[in-house]
Amino acid sequence: MGSEALIVFFLAGVILVAGANFISNLISHKSDNPQKREPYESGMPTIGPTWVQFKVGFYLFAILFLIFDVEIAFLVPWAVVYQEVGTVALVEIIIFLFILGLGLAYAWKKGALKWK
Amino acid sequence: MYSSLIITNNIHSWVLSLMPAAVTGITEMMMIAMIYLTVFAVLGLFLVLMERKVAAWFQLRIGPNRVGFFGMFQTIADALKLLSKELTGTDKADKFLYNLAPYFLIISSLMALAVFPFSENLQAFDINIGIFFLIAISSIGVIGVLLGGWSSNNKFALIGAMRSGVQTISYELSVGLSLLTMILLTGSLQLSEIIEVQKSGWLIVQGHIPAVIAFMIYMISGTAETNRAPFDMVEAESELGAGFHTEYSGMKFAYFFLAEFINMFIIAAIGTTVFFGGWLSPFGITESIPWLGVFWFLLKAFALVFLMMWFRWTFPRLRVDQLLTLEWKYLLPINLFNIVLMAIIVWLNFTIQF
Repeated sequence: MGSEALIVFFLAGVILVAGANFISNLISHKSDNPQKREPYESGMPTIGPTWVQFKVGFYLFAILFLIFDVEIAFLVPWAVVYQEVGTVALVEIIIFLFILGLGLAYAWKKGALKWK
Repeated sequence: MYSSLIITNNIHSWVLSLMPAAVTGITEMMMIAMIYLTVFAVLGLFLVLMERKVAAWFQLRIGPNRVGFFGMFQTIADALKLLSKELTGTDKADKFLYNLAPYFLIISSLMALAVFPFSENLQAFDINIGIFFLIAISSIGVIGVLLGGWSSNNKFALIGAMRSGVQTISYELSVGLSLLTMILLTGSLQLSEIIEVQKSGWLIVQGHIPAVIAFMIYMISGTAETNRAPFDMVEAESELGAGFHTEYSGMKFAYFFLAEFINMFIIAAIGTTVFFGGWLSPFGITESIPWLGVFWFLLKAFALVFLMMWFRWTFPRLRVDQLLTLEWKYLLPINLFNIVLMAIIVWLNFTIQF
């Protein structure tokens, strides 16, 4: 099977979730009361809004992730052709990873890797 | 597709005799989708049972033993129970995103399952960028977790989802880089070609020292990426209720549960394919019987799954800061160094080949 396999598997996933939801709705016992429709927070009523500005630390790691993820995207083609290209590829990757290592060291020194 | 296996040829000719050639392709595709869905569900049920049995074994308990033979049907009973439970939800939730989240998880794990070569030619889709595809598709699952946690409008769920986000994206780097280290040996991203290369020794033997380091990093970060203990702050029961799926009930909860276990199998299956020769038998002892490949593949994959379950009962849960320190200050620099080491070894031809 060619790349249409992905479409088939995508549809299969949709059918699995939608179908099981449908069957579950059909056969499940239903009862309703106001308490049931509140968010479950260990029996306490919710205080204040939940959708607030979240801690900035997560954002910092997301940015760092972005840098290194793009780097992986750069490294993949290099890894595939490495055995054919040989010495030039080795020298280039040492330079590339050295610069990246400097970047990581800079982030480390600045305290970006520290969870506050 | 399964050209070397006689049974699929028989099925193909049988389907051809029933209907015109144009419809055959679609029919066969639907058959494959059905087979994979069945495998998906059975695998999920079996892994849940295995987890409970292994947990019981580690704690000197018996584990589930009431339903069926040695409790074999326990998880099937559980699945039926979950199916018959009411689908509740909160009024405050963002309904659309709340219902959308399970689709992301299930579809991403199902699509990842499509590219594995379970045996020679027994593969739904032999994509030429296999490893890259797997890295990409496995990072889509986290969107489901984030959506589910955020849209629930529950503080436990929100905290769980945010932790899951930062944890998964961090450890994805290590998964990608450690697999990349092994690509240096194969020179191809296609999973069937990676296995072809391993006919002269499994990659973990071919690459010796850097390969072993890469495998250790891969298993640690793979465990973290599936949000399993000791990296399970995402759904830390003692802190967050049930974490990101606190607001999900019945079948909707079952999707998250199923996807988590299938992801565990996927991590083990990638590890099997890349490090331990996939469906190849040790020293080629059963090379003349091709269908035994499935047995070897599953044996190796379940051995790695067992390793991940072993982790769970060995290590205490980490804090968020310890987790991020482990990834960014240890695994990532070691990984970058390891790539250079592997590059030098390949350059000097120091690989071990039989």
